[in-house]
Amino acid sequence: MTPLPFYLLLSASLFAIGLAGALTRRNAILVLIGIELMLNAANLNFIAFWRYGPNPSALTGVIFVIFSIGVAAAEAAVGLALIISIYRHYRTTNLDQINVMKG
Amino acid sequence: MTWSFAILAALTLASAVAAMTLRNLVHCALMLMVTLAGLAAVYLQLGAQFVGFAQILIYIGAVAILIVFAILLTRGSEPPRQSIFSAGWVYGVAIAVAVFGLLSGVILSSQAVTHELRPPPEATVRQIGIELMGKFILPLEVIGLLLTAALIGAVLIAMREKEGKTA
Repeated sequence: MTPLPFYLLLSASLFAIGLAGALTRRNAILVLIGIELMLNAANLNFIAFWRYGPNPSALTGVIFVIFSIGVAAAEAAVGLALIISIYRHYRTTNLDQINVMKG
Repeated sequence: MTWSFAILAALTLASAVAAMTLRNLVHCALMLMVTLAGLAAVYLQLGAQFVGFAQILIYIGAVAILIVFAILLTRGSEPPRQSIFSAGWVYGVAIAVAVFGLLSGVILSSQAVTHELRPPPEATVRQIGIELMGKFILPLEVIGLLLTAALIGAVLIAMREKEGKTA
């Protein structure tokens, strides 16, 4: 069995990769993918701490991850709808060109 | 560290890096699917079967397909002519490296992180169902309401506006 710090380091690396992508990519969809990666890193932490925690029979980590996946699905649906709406308005998803905030 | 974990971690991290750096957006979405599948396998390895299969169903089955649809609807499948990274990408990478350094330093120096191994806990679907319908019934209802509101909102935002009047 793998010790807990390896899972935590995997989760930290995933979070850093997602953060780098969300901060550096020009395309709005790729920024959303980066945010999804960061959410998944948090879920991995929940599961790892549940597995190695002092009271795994409480199932709190598993239940939290199930709710977290549900919230992430809602976030992805609303985020992609916003991106499609912005694309219809500006004809681009390049975040550097979407720099005007008035209706 | 077991070999299966090492292979899964390498696959997950490599596909995550590829998803963030590839030029073609459809390839990025496919690499995201590989990352999510690797994470589902890690969940299965940790003994959380229900979460692993929910990850495959929801993330790979729904969210990734939604992302592919959004890419095709916004003509993102055509590779851009200019650079795929924004002008200040050095700062973004520096911030990410700093965050990773901080997190890994804390993880490696923490006393709270246990190294002892316990027998794998039982998390059968039956137990999860009993917990969801008993102790966590209110959060379950709230998340159902949230999903309904979010999906109606998504449809309303993405709906085509009529000419001359706002929908």
